[in-house]
Amino acid sequence: MARLQLNQLSKRYGDFFAARDVTLDVADGEFLVLLGPSGCGKTTTLRMIAGFIEPTSGMVRLGDNDVTRLPAWKRNTGLVFQSYALFPHLTVNQNVAFGLEMRKTPKAEADQRVAEALELVRLGHLGDRLPRQLSGGQQQRVALARALVFRPDVLLLDEPLSNLDAKLRQEVRVEIRRLQQALSLTTVMVTHDQEEALTMADRLVVMSEGRVRQVGTQRDLYERPADRFVAGFVGRSSFLEGTLETPERFRTRGGLAVACRGTTTGPAGMALRPERVMVTPEPVAGADNDFPGEVEFVSYLGGLIDLHIRLSPADVVIAQIPNREEGFMPKAGDKVHVGWTVASASVFPGAGEDPDPTDLPPA
Amino acid sequence: MTGLMGLDRRVIGRWALTAAAALTMLYILLPLVSVIWLSFYRQEIPSFPPEGYSVHWYGVIAGNQRFVDGLLLSVQLGVSATAIGLAVGVPAALCLSRFRFPGREALNNVLLLPLMVPGVVLGTALYVFHVEAEIATGGNLPIIGSTLGLLSGHVLVVIPWIVRLVLASLAGFDRTLEEAAMNLGADRWTTFRRITMPGILPGVVAGAMFGFVASFGNLEMSLFLVGPGRTTLPIAILQYLEWKIDPSIAAVSVVQIVLIGAAMLITDRFVKISRVV
Repeated sequence: MARLQLNQLSKRYGDFFAARDVTLDVADGEFLVLLGPSGCGKTTTLRMIAGFIEPTSGMVRLGDNDVTRLPAWKRNTGLVFQSYALFPHLTVNQNVAFGLEMRKTPKAEADQRVAEALELVRLGHLGDRLPRQLSGGQQQRVALARALVFRPDVLLLDEPLSNLDAKLRQEVRVEIRRLQQALSLTTVMVTHDQEEALTMADRLVVMSEGRVRQVGTQRDLYERPADRFVAGFVGRSSFLEGTLETPERFRTRGGLAVACRGTTTGPAGMALRPERVMVTPEPVAGADNDFPGEVEFVSYLGGLIDLHIRLSPADVVIAQIPNREEGFMPKAGDKVHVGWTVASASVFPGAGEDPDPTDLPPA
Repeated sequence: MTGLMGLDRRVIGRWALTAAAALTMLYILLPLVSVIWLSFYRQEIPSFPPEGYSVHWYGVIAGNQRFVDGLLLSVQLGVSATAIGLAVGVPAALCLSRFRFPGREALNNVLLLPLMVPGVVLGTALYVFHVEAEIATGGNLPIIGSTLGLLSGHVLVVIPWIVRLVLASLAGFDRTLEEAAMNLGADRWTTFRRITMPGILPGVVAGAMFGFVASFGNLEMSLFLVGPGRTTLPIAILQYLEWKIDPSIAAVSVVQIVLIGAAMLITDRFVKISRVV
């Protein structure tokens, strides 16, 4: 395994940048996840690493080698496709052996390594089957074995779990992570599923519109989102729009004065994590901010409950509270108090677009 | 009551379907069956009812030099034309399915054209072209009535079949498989040989099969392109029929039917042509 570096990697189609100035450094043995909505450039980036898309500019380094202009078959990457892409006319053994065969590995050694690789994914007994005789989860594991058997410099996973049903997805997720750690594989995975990304990655890269928005650990992204997009895409946020009057005071469109920790004054947006918003019948004790509001809408999620609370004609926040048998349980129309601390709100400069509720990922 | 009527209607529908299918099968099979039957008549004049049965006519055609030569030439032509058609048609189909270029639609239609132009027109056109070519080269290119000229015509007949059927199987071919192969270290040629070709093989074999049959049975176009003393089997049959009708013609037809049928069955054992066509 090796270190993977992308330097200012871009792919342009006419005026459209599918990926723009993507710079990443993946350490040897690290599991990096590229996360973003469809069309954000994550797949383009992965395919540039694999050598299927030639970058318009920038560089791909694998270990000590510049592989930017190398064709796919001369790069030592192991790619697991979303559709698995097992060769239908070859047996499981032949599929897994393909990479070794291309590398002219002696037959005896190849046989042994194929057996080991299949053992690794616990499919040693199915080597003589054809892919169509396997279940989806088994095909997925064959694809994994096929990508690992020739000891690639980097393992690439393209939405590897999206074709599996929910239960299987959990299993394969654990399995991939186990293998990755046991073999200390340098791994880059592409996904649009944030739960998948958060549970598997060492570090995450959030992309949107071809650009890297933020690189960091799960905690970095959640606690300190770099911009509005990240705040809205990783976890959930509700936004208050307004103006930063001083670095410490944010004035909402509805006229509320909110204490905060901002930087440059001017138009800005404030992101609040729903579970950090406190809701009480009386003024909130110990909160830096406290506003009266009215519950507009209650969304029952089972263990949790979402409250949409209107603070002013122009300001709505979402609060998430645990569903307890005892205690305070507001209904639509109730008057409540809403509070949050300065530390739990993120302020981003610039005017926001009108928030689109469909952009919120489900809780 | 309604339930009963519904059942009745379903039963009638099923019977009607079966009857229609049976009639169609009969319509297709009847000529084949009559030809086979006729080939075993003992008498020379094919009148009904037969006076008796014999395999005499198969001996007669084996002794008829024109039929034997015709068969050999037709087989040679069919095999060569198919081989050339594959060499041209498979790459052409790959280009058509993979690349977007100006004139792609036009090329697509041109490659299909020999199927739609009547054989007589195609034959005339080629013959005129051959004459013009010989005049233009001052007789240095003796192509009129040559085997080369005949073969080039047959290649034209074969190509549309191969292009069509290979295109059809390429449409169902998952190109991710090629990327997977390249990712595993296979260069373009190895990928084609090891992954693409096995994937589109049913289309290639089916195309070759139909192309061969089209060339083997071609009469109209060939009439314009054969030279003196060299005739294909369909032409030999036509010439024979001009002055004589006896069961030997039926016997020749049976030989053809058996040859083509056997080729179909054998290829279908290795490649499921039925999946493509």
